[in-house]
Amino acid sequence: MGRLPMLKVALLLAICVSAVWAQKYGVGKPATPTDIAARDYSISAKGAGLPPGAGSAKEGQELYVKHCSTCHGLKLEGDAEQGNPALAGGVGTLTSAKPVKTVGSYWPYAPGVFDYIRRAMPYDNPRTLKTDEYYAITAYVLSVSGIVKPDERLDATTLPQVKMPNRDGFVPDPRVAGKRPSY
Amino acid sequence: MRGPFRGPRIFHFGDRASHDTFNPMAKRDRRGFLTLGAAVALSSCTEKKAAVPSEVGAPMTEYGQRSPFEKTARAFKSAKPGTGGSRTPLEETYGILTPSPLHFERHHAGVPAIDPAKHDLLVHGLVERDQIFSLDALKRLPSVSRIHFLECSGNSGGEWVNPQDTAQRSHGLASCTEWTGVLLKTVLEEAGIKPGASWVIAEGADACLMARSIPLAKCLDDAILAYGQNGEALRPEQGYPLRLLLPGWEGNASIKWLRRLQVSGEPMHSREETAHYTDLLPDGKARQFTFDLDAKSVILRPSGGQTAQPGFIEITGLAWSGRGKVDKVEISSDAGKTWMVATLDEPRLTKAFSRFRLPWKWDGQPVDIASRATDDTGYVQPTTEALVAVRGTKSTYHHNGIKTWRIGADGKVTNA
Repeated sequence: MGRLPMLKVALLLAICVSAVWAQKYGVGKPATPTDIAARDYSISAKGAGLPPGAGSAKEGQELYVKHCSTCHGLKLEGDAEQGNPALAGGVGTLTSAKPVKTVGSYWPYAPGVFDYIRRAMPYDNPRTLKTDEYYAITAYVLSVSGIVKPDERLDATTLPQVKMPNRDGFVPDPRVAGKRPSY
Repeated sequence: MRGPFRGPRIFHFGDRASHDTFNPMAKRDRRGFLTLGAAVALSSCTEKKAAVPSEVGAPMTEYGQRSPFEKTARAFKSAKPGTGGSRTPLEETYGILTPSPLHFERHHAGVPAIDPAKHDLLVHGLVERDQIFSLDALKRLPSVSRIHFLECSGNSGGEWVNPQDTAQRSHGLASCTEWTGVLLKTVLEEAGIKPGASWVIAEGADACLMARSIPLAKCLDDAILAYGQNGEALRPEQGYPLRLLLPGWEGNASIKWLRRLQVSGEPMHSREETAHYTDLLPDGKARQFTFDLDAKSVILRPSGGQTAQPGFIEITGLAWSGRGKVDKVEISSDAGKTWMVATLDEPRLTKAFSRFRLPWKWDGQPVDIASRATDDTGYVQPTTEALVAVRGTKSTYHHNGIKTWRIGADGKVTNA
């Protein structure tokens, strides 16, 4: 029992692993970096994928009024009747009888705010604003909750450094199935 | 909210079941026509002829329609176009399958109109080979057809503080259909998963590019890339031409109009897995990635909005569990003091609706009836009180508490 059997095992393992992931059917076609870039909008919680560009709350206020206030209100108060969420306020209410979940009080990641606004807004015309404008609107929404200063410029470097008030507000799902379940 | 079809309905025996299975004296003659034994022959049967059409009926059609007499419909609030949910009238369905046109809907930016020839699926990220699969390519791969329920985790969300008065309103964000497609595992292995992968970010082609992060283990287990539903192509509102289907998990994660899968070493923490679909607890913390749908059941006949008649009643309803098969459903007619075991239709399928039935006699006195499901993990459906004791009343999602209906002296059924 020298080195040889170990080597054989390692070789066998390597063959198995590569066999598992070898292309079996060959029905897909290769995706190019261009294909991926054209479709990939996602930005990680840590900010990976944030595009070049920048904007401040000062620049964002006018854009917000123009593109967002019809649904979310001039004071970011939202319109519950129409299902348009409030974007500011509610900090400190999460343990109360009437928790108010907003970008300011509930959302854990600032890059996530940018991701969603760029991905899905304006509601009836999504992904039509410029990257700088999305940064500026994000900055304005965060500024109304006092999370960033009015003249603070947000970009791919500074946005991930913004700490959201509810950053540590989330816990994993503890539920288990079985005879002694947890709810 | 209440549409014209929601009016009170008389519920009594014979309403749904065929008479020949009920009447022990009934028998069929050699030609298969129902005849009645002499002991129960009714004069009206022989004297009156049934009204049958005297003209040739309608011609064949290429795509069938239901009878114009049938009005069962999904119910929804008309809010902002493209948002909100429509609810399945579970109490007006039979068996375990939901007809595709009655399957509940939940959209966040409307139903996109997608030409399947122009739609494909990008698989990229921590994979050996970034790949694009056309619909035709996906259909060439080994396929599966499986019956699974789909439930919005917001189903029964009203029950936390404001219990609803019909099953459609309380439980109608759940449906069960047969899904056909390719296992997600097959497609991920075709791309080749790289070491370090632990999540897959799925993204739809709706206007809001709905995105959710799915643990890789689920993707390699029973997740389906579905293109078929109930024997035909997916309906547009169910994700045509391609959707993700995660059996037993909250519906929102089963991304519709699927266009992109990104294999990743971490979740994305998208809006729908932070700001929404997280369960706020009394201490202000919120549970995140609460995918599993625990065992649940609801009595559908008799149920809220219906009117019961004294005498024989078949109590029937649906039960399901996102953890496996339904093992047992019990019915109580004494506020949970004692429980009677209902029969369950066969076959019992995993992560699918199970139909339960219990022959019962109502004596005409006011009574509360409730059902309780146990799944094959041993989990017993809890009371709402037991849920509230842990989660408070602000967690919005994942309410699977026991639902109790009250039959009044007048037979009218309401939320208890």
